[in-house]
Amino acid sequence: MGIAVRNLSKRFGNFHAVDDVSFEVPSGELVALLGPSGSGKSTILRIIAGLEPADGGSVELTGEDATNLPVQSRGVGFVFQHYALFRHMTIRQNIAFGLEIQKLPKPEVRVRVDELLELVQLGGYAGRYPSQLSGGQRQRVALARALAPRPKVLLLDEPFGALDSKVREELRTWLRKLHDEVHVTSLFVTHDQQEAFEVSDQVVVLNRGKVEQMGPPQLLYEKPATAFVTQFLGSVNILRVETVLGMDQDDERPLPLELPGTDGPVLVYVRPHDLDVMKIRNGRPAWPARIGKLTPLGGTVRLELTLHDGTSLLVELTRERALELNLHRGEDVFVSPKDMKVFHESKAFVENYVI
Amino acid sequence: MSTEAPAAARSTVLATGRSSLGRRLLIGAVLGWFALLILVPTAALAKEALSGGLRTLFASLMKPEVLRAFRLTLVTTALATIVNTIFGLALAIVLVRQKFWGKTLLDGLVDLPFAVSPIVAGLMLIVLYGPKGWFARPLAAANIQVAYAVPGMVLACLFVTLPFVVREVVPVLQEFGVDQEEVAYTLGAGRWTTFWRVTLPSIRWGLAYGVTLTVARSLGEFGALLVISGNTVNKTQTATLYVHDAIDSLDPQGAYAVSLVLAGTSFVLLVGMEWMRKRVATREGKA
Repeated sequence: MGIAVRNLSKRFGNFHAVDDVSFEVPSGELVALLGPSGSGKSTILRIIAGLEPADGGSVELTGEDATNLPVQSRGVGFVFQHYALFRHMTIRQNIAFGLEIQKLPKPEVRVRVDELLELVQLGGYAGRYPSQLSGGQRQRVALARALAPRPKVLLLDEPFGALDSKVREELRTWLRKLHDEVHVTSLFVTHDQQEAFEVSDQVVVLNRGKVEQMGPPQLLYEKPATAFVTQFLGSVNILRVETVLGMDQDDERPLPLELPGTDGPVLVYVRPHDLDVMKIRNGRPAWPARIGKLTPLGGTVRLELTLHDGTSLLVELTRERALELNLHRGEDVFVSPKDMKVFHESKAFVENYVI
Repeated sequence: MSTEAPAAARSTVLATGRSSLGRRLLIGAVLGWFALLILVPTAALAKEALSGGLRTLFASLMKPEVLRAFRLTLVTTALATIVNTIFGLALAIVLVRQKFWGKTLLDGLVDLPFAVSPIVAGLMLIVLYGPKGWFARPLAAANIQVAYAVPGMVLACLFVTLPFVVREVVPVLQEFGVDQEEVAYTLGAGRWTTFWRVTLPSIRWGLAYGVTLTVARSLGEFGALLVISGNTVNKTQTATLYVHDAIDSLDPQGAYAVSLVLAGTSFVLLVGMEWMRKRVATREGKA
């Protein structure tokens, strides 16, 4: 196991930043810690690095207990959002820093630094100073510096957060490719769901200092374990039970929903692309609705609908489907769910309904 | 980067001024005022000091009591600078990095020496270390003389120059943050190595500026020294005290000569530091 975190907790005053968090990062994988700000993801990363002491719990790095090791002996590479390059050193000196601390002979340092400059595609920049590089280049230097001493694990704290969106996307793709070459166990923190899904093998979703769910991106999206995960990963319509029950039911195909009305609030989640629109009823359960707004988004068309009880609904249709239906603003249509997820707040389980 | 930002902002304000006439007037007024206030008096001093020719100037400077006065100035300045560099750096680090009760108060009190007249500072030291002062008896028992001796004079310089290093280093240290130090730790560097290889080089210009100001101020200190030193010729007379005496004893030539050297030294210090900073800034690409 690359990284194992067990029952980690950390308080700042009354604020429970990390609350009994456990997860594992398999060796050689690239895993994302995903969550909104204040979910404790950066704190967890800093605890793993040894930059922050935990109040409780343990940290294992490559199978060895590192809970009480000082940061210097943990063998972690750390990349900060704002690069944190040594501004008074050249790129070569920056990358060599960790190797010099290890007292590696000079020729070996040289060879290793050249190797890394090559790896991060900054061969011609060895003699420059950080201020002479662009943001993306600086972050690549930071990565090279972290990788130079061959760390057991690589930790990245919002590594693309300070870059503009185009550079961010390029660097993401590049990081994924780099990881496929280097295969160092990596954990990176992000609040950007797309980033987490694009780059990582697995994602740990955090909320309020707790792990909500961990798994490969596809699994999280298709089988979210909690209401939070459903809501956080992509857009979703949240419906009241009354709305769902008020749906026009066809005798032939009744809604296969058994809703316990007694034990606490129940919420029904439907993704915009799990809704279909029809001009005439076709025997499926459906709500009558009126089209408020039509927004073409290239491959898809987004509809904003209003149900009779006032609930607004976001629907995403393929371009072909939208063309076929020839929809107009203000038109009355029927909308029918293909897939619904039902969350009982009192119970920690999800019911999945495919209709 | 940050040190250049204000300069850039300033030139933008001027560049976007509405009329070039208004702009020139403003620049002219500023330069004129500066010349009137700083350049003209300096030039006048230089002219008077050189009025008897270089030979006379040299003769005035080579008098034994003048040489001794300069030596004493150098000694007190060196000691005060070394102590205040180390202590000022430590104080700045504590003020920026640590949280403790009374921090705001301490932060404010650091500037006290700027607000208190040096002559009052000298008097405070006499109250403590003078012949009838609070510490008179233990000091006499240990056979240590503070007042009217070099230790007292160093203390006076320490008092008046305390804020310089602290005030120059604090903002630089705040801007520097802790990220670079934390990276160094993860790369295996201990606290001491990190301080020498990462922190100190990053704040060196703030520190150098503080040290330069400390040196310049110590060289020129007068009021506090006048009180604490007793101003004994050849013993506790510094260069500034010599100037004072020379004026009193109708030796203006000596006063001009010593003053010129003092002013010149401070000028060279400041200009030299600025020149070095620019050179390094260009190299590291911050200019």
